[in-house]
Amino acid sequence: MSKVALLGNATIAEAMRQINPDVVAAFPITPATGIVQEFSQYVHDGVLDTEFITVESEHSAMSACIGASAAGARVMTATSSAGLALMWELLGVASGLRLPMVMVVANRALSSPINIGCDHSDSMGARDSGWIQLYSENAQEGYDNVIKAVRISENKDVRLPVMVMIDGFITSHCTEVLESLEDDQVRGFAGEYKTDYSLLNIENPLTYGPYQTSEYYFETKKQEADSIKDSFGIIKKVSEEFETLSGRHQSIVESYMMEDAEVAVMVLSSTAGTTRAVVDSLRSEGIKAGLIKPRLFRPFPAEKIIEITKNLKSLAILDRSEAFSASGGPLFTETRSALYESGSKPNIINYIYGLGGRDICMEDIRKVFLELLEEEGKRPEVIIRHLGVRK
Amino acid sequence: MPDKGKIRKSKKIMGYLDMPIGGLILDAGNSVKYKTGQWRTKDFYINKDKCSNCMLCFIYCPERCVEVTTGHEISKIDLDYCKGCGICAVECPKDAIEMRSK
Repeated sequence: MSKVALLGNATIAEAMRQINPDVVAAFPITPATGIVQEFSQYVHDGVLDTEFITVESEHSAMSACIGASAAGARVMTATSSAGLALMWELLGVASGLRLPMVMVVANRALSSPINIGCDHSDSMGARDSGWIQLYSENAQEGYDNVIKAVRISENKDVRLPVMVMIDGFITSHCTEVLESLEDDQVRGFAGEYKTDYSLLNIENPLTYGPYQTSEYYFETKKQEADSIKDSFGIIKKVSEEFETLSGRHQSIVESYMMEDAEVAVMVLSSTAGTTRAVVDSLRSEGIKAGLIKPRLFRPFPAEKIIEITKNLKSLAILDRSEAFSASGGPLFTETRSALYESGSKPNIINYIYGLGGRDICMEDIRKVFLELLEEEGKRPEVIIRHLGVRK
Repeated sequence: MPDKGKIRKSKKIMGYLDMPIGGLILDAGNSVKYKTGQWRTKDFYINKDKCSNCMLCFIYCPERCVEVTTGHEISKIDLDYCKGCGICAVECPKDAIEMRSK
């Protein structure tokens, strides 16, 4: 294990270098981050034998990834923002055809207005596309998630594409210390990918992507739904194996100071780090505060969240995307729906925050906790709030 | 036309536990099992007096339904698979093929 200071983008490219995928297809200009640019340098320098396909759009990038994965290759790509939006049609093709692949998304805002600041609207827009979604708090978690994602995606009982999120700019463009594994450790963990369904197997030719009539389509979707549901177990198993290798424990939902917490904030990705610091500060003042950080959003870890929140009085759910549903952001609606099955239901407030790269600081999170404490036991008038927005 | 309801009842339809994943077709050449001739709304007539056996209809047919004898003569159309698209009638240089409503 070695420690090195790297930009978030370079950290992800390092994980990809260690994995040495067969094919990477990408459109490596804005809104994409520098991930695939960094990676392409390794290919150019002859460090890797990856087939790097530069294409004319993200729609083509995902199409090339689909073709390569159907052929039986280990496939990776990365994108952001409008690039992910342009892939939209193909996302469902990749998952519908049950093609393993790993895509890193540096979360950035969607137009309009034009903005590529940190914002989860891009990947949240793709939350129902049949991809497994892992969210990373920092570059280290992004690195770890990319390595785990290969194994999760290629597992015979899963065979679904996996999206690994890091926060745009905050994680992608900042320098952090990476504790990297050795190349042979990563390659050993990832193992060799062998598919049972190669389009290039001329001994047993098969067809990918035929038209399916209404007599069969529904059953195919049910299989897909069952597989993503069953992936919880595989994700847990892969995370445990990764812990043995790296010493880093990463449950599907991290709970911090939740044993006796009365008020808590639930948030994805980098803001969880800020929240942890606020929890520490509130604890030193004697306030029983806690943090819930889901690492997995698809499939949604409802059971785990019910278990963690069972003694909680108030919960603030922070969403870095506005779903325009008039009933809250995606993390909020999913969590509130999950807690309908719970015996004890905390008061829940939704805070939309940080859209278009708006900074979120410790004082903002502190304000959220103080509002929860102030309104404890009362029925809040406004359940969906936009944190720090000006009137 | 066969009754669609009857087809559905008589065919054994797989459930999601038995189907290959992702809508994949694992048996090569299984399209022969799908008789697309039932889509046809127009039937196909060859006027043998006009036909010069140039084979253009054989080449253009997207379903390979034009059957040819060993003596290189157009013999008949495979009605199990002919969808009645009429490409052959359009391409025939001798106007020897006519599509008529059923």
